[in-house]
Amino acid sequence: MNNGESQDKVSKQAQVNAKDVSVKKTVKKLMLIVFGMFGFGFAMVPLYDVFCDITGLNGKPSNVAATYNAATIDTERTITVQFLTRTAKGIPWKFEPMMNEIKVHPGERKTVKFYAKNESVNDIVGQAVPSVSPGRAAVYFQKIECFCFNSQPLKATEDVEMGLQFYVDLDLPDDVSTITLSYTLYDITSSVDS
Amino acid sequence: MTTDAINDQPEHDSHDGEHHDHKMTGLKRWLYTTNHKDIGSMYLWFSFIMFLTGGVMALVIRAELFQPGLQIIEPDFFNQMTTVHGLIMVFGAIMPAFTGLANWMLPMMVGAPDMALPRLNNWSFWILPFAFAILLSSFFMESGAPNFGWTFYAPLSTTYSNGSTAFFVFAVHIMGISSIMGAINIVVTIMNMRAPGMTYMKMPLFVWTFFITAYLLIAVMPVLAGTVTMVLTDTYFGTSFFDAAGGGDPVMFQHIFWFFGHPEVYIMILPAFGIVSTTIPAFSRKKLFGYSSMVYATASIAFLSFIVWAHHMFTTGMPLFGELFFMYCTMLIAVPTGVKVFNWAATMWRGSISFETPMLFSIAFVILFTIGGFSGLMLAMTPVDFQYHDTYFVVAHFHYVLVTGALFSIFAGAYYWLPKWTGYMYNDTLSKWHFWCSLISVNLLFFPMHFLGLAGMPRRIPDYALQFADFNKWVSIGGFAFGLSQLIFLVLVIKCVKGGEKAPAKPWDGAEGLEWTVPSPAPYHTFETPPKID
Repeated sequence: MNNGESQDKVSKQAQVNAKDVSVKKTVKKLMLIVFGMFGFGFAMVPLYDVFCDITGLNGKPSNVAATYNAATIDTERTITVQFLTRTAKGIPWKFEPMMNEIKVHPGERKTVKFYAKNESVNDIVGQAVPSVSPGRAAVYFQKIECFCFNSQPLKATEDVEMGLQFYVDLDLPDDVSTITLSYTLYDITSSVDS
Repeated sequence: MTTDAINDQPEHDSHDGEHHDHKMTGLKRWLYTTNHKDIGSMYLWFSFIMFLTGGVMALVIRAELFQPGLQIIEPDFFNQMTTVHGLIMVFGAIMPAFTGLANWMLPMMVGAPDMALPRLNNWSFWILPFAFAILLSSFFMESGAPNFGWTFYAPLSTTYSNGSTAFFVFAVHIMGISSIMGAINIVVTIMNMRAPGMTYMKMPLFVWTFFITAYLLIAVMPVLAGTVTMVLTDTYFGTSFFDAAGGGDPVMFQHIFWFFGHPEVYIMILPAFGIVSTTIPAFSRKKLFGYSSMVYATASIAFLSFIVWAHHMFTTGMPLFGELFFMYCTMLIAVPTGVKVFNWAATMWRGSISFETPMLFSIAFVILFTIGGFSGLMLAMTPVDFQYHDTYFVVAHFHYVLVTGALFSIFAGAYYWLPKWTGYMYNDTLSKWHFWCSLISVNLLFFPMHFLGLAGMPRRIPDYALQFADFNKWVSIGGFAFGLSQLIFLVLVIKCVKGGEKAPAKPWDGAEGLEWTVPSPAPYHTFETPPKID
């Protein structure tokens, strides 16, 4: 009887140990999911960019200078390119396009100018961020040279004319006849200083 | 020890673990406890305190909105109220209440002596009060509490933050850690601690829904932690995850947030399904209709919840294909949800139903949750969502699913198991008062919001146009009535803890499950030797 009871205890102990092992295993697996998903949250940042680059869904044009290599100019089509500017909250600059729209043929190279003036008494560094509408036209809007590739420092009351050289890709979908390019100007002085 | 047949064990068998020690007294008992019943009670009390705290904020909001114009509070403080009300109700009231129910009931339902990781359990509860202390402390700072909405959209929470972002972020981090640990504990307990013979498809549906919910938590709470971390570094360390000036994208914030946020809403409703799937069969005196279809429906809702997040973002300028994809996926969720509602109705069909308070709350849940589900379907349709977006229609929708849905199910569960927890029957008259006052006032509170939304009243504003005045007056009256009705529940629970009619081991004749095989109140330690399941 006594013997049986202690055997019972031994087998019970073995059961407890086996349970501990399987508990630890499950915890480890679940912790892997936790860390994996934490990483996935951050991985969504580059994934989102890649996804949008491929599809042009968010209207974010490429931030890299394109090389002009259009072999032909498609004079059959005329695209209207409109320019919009706005200043973000808190930057005391005048910022506007020097022409509101321009007609281009796909493949044709054009240069337009934008005007910016620092109307405050402080030196400010501005950064223009482009956005293209409709979003799916973004990948076909090629900037050869753009003031938005770099930040633009302006001393107090200083003004500047800034150039944009671009062409519209020949592969632009047929149903797009108007492209709107919008620039938002941000004050990035504090992040440049630090 | 107990005299119950299943739990009848000699004393000397129960000294092989520290959590079997005799309970300490006073504050130390609660600080050091690793007992699932103690921790469950603490979770439930904590969530009720948070519910009242968030409720007071809701009343401040409703007081301001009683009349058009600015009467009582400034717009900035109004925004703080809506933000913290949302955060507290989601992370402080509903989620801890479910965790509390899980702690109390899961081990008993699967025939386990305790949760698998009792110390972790203690810790996951005790960090919660600190999280909410951090969040609420921001009210006493110069800058004020978070005012950017509980969804903390960038750039409101980053560029335009009032300085409370750090408090908010660290509070959410701690809440997230607590939820993740709680969820790990639930999964590990269910996978490893079931009594011999209890196969997965023999588990009560309550256990199944918590099992699936815990997986959802494990999958998305880390994403929330990542999101708030990005908001933190954007605000204070000069990164540009969501800042267009630095090459980031504020719309991306919404994608990452709702990738967490949509599964989160199912985290708050799947356990509710589990609770009413327990109570409705008990008071219909029939087995749950379509048990396995319930399990599969829960699992498919959980799966679908990961691929519908962008229906919160129809107006951000998505391409047509994206809008169609997310619209159809969202509508697809109505199918498994419909299966559930059908099964509850079929369970009641020709049952011998009695209307005890848990059943009243459960029936109210089925009807009112379905109303919330239908308004959800309306919101899922992209073309009409452009009209409903950010109006009171949305507010009406999610309060129907969260208040008359999740909260009512918690009340149903609380009434159902109160005799098991306290050993006494609750005061039946008070409970009926609580139910009928809540039912009438909650509909007065939320139903007119549908009309306000359809008429175009935007949400999250302290003032409104004159034509909305009448409805808002009634909504506010309903709000105060609903808030006060909850004090009946507080009185009832205190009375029930103190005494009353002695509860038998199984006070509901139709109830099924292992928890009713132990006496009432449930002894401090149950199922130290696993019960036999056939």
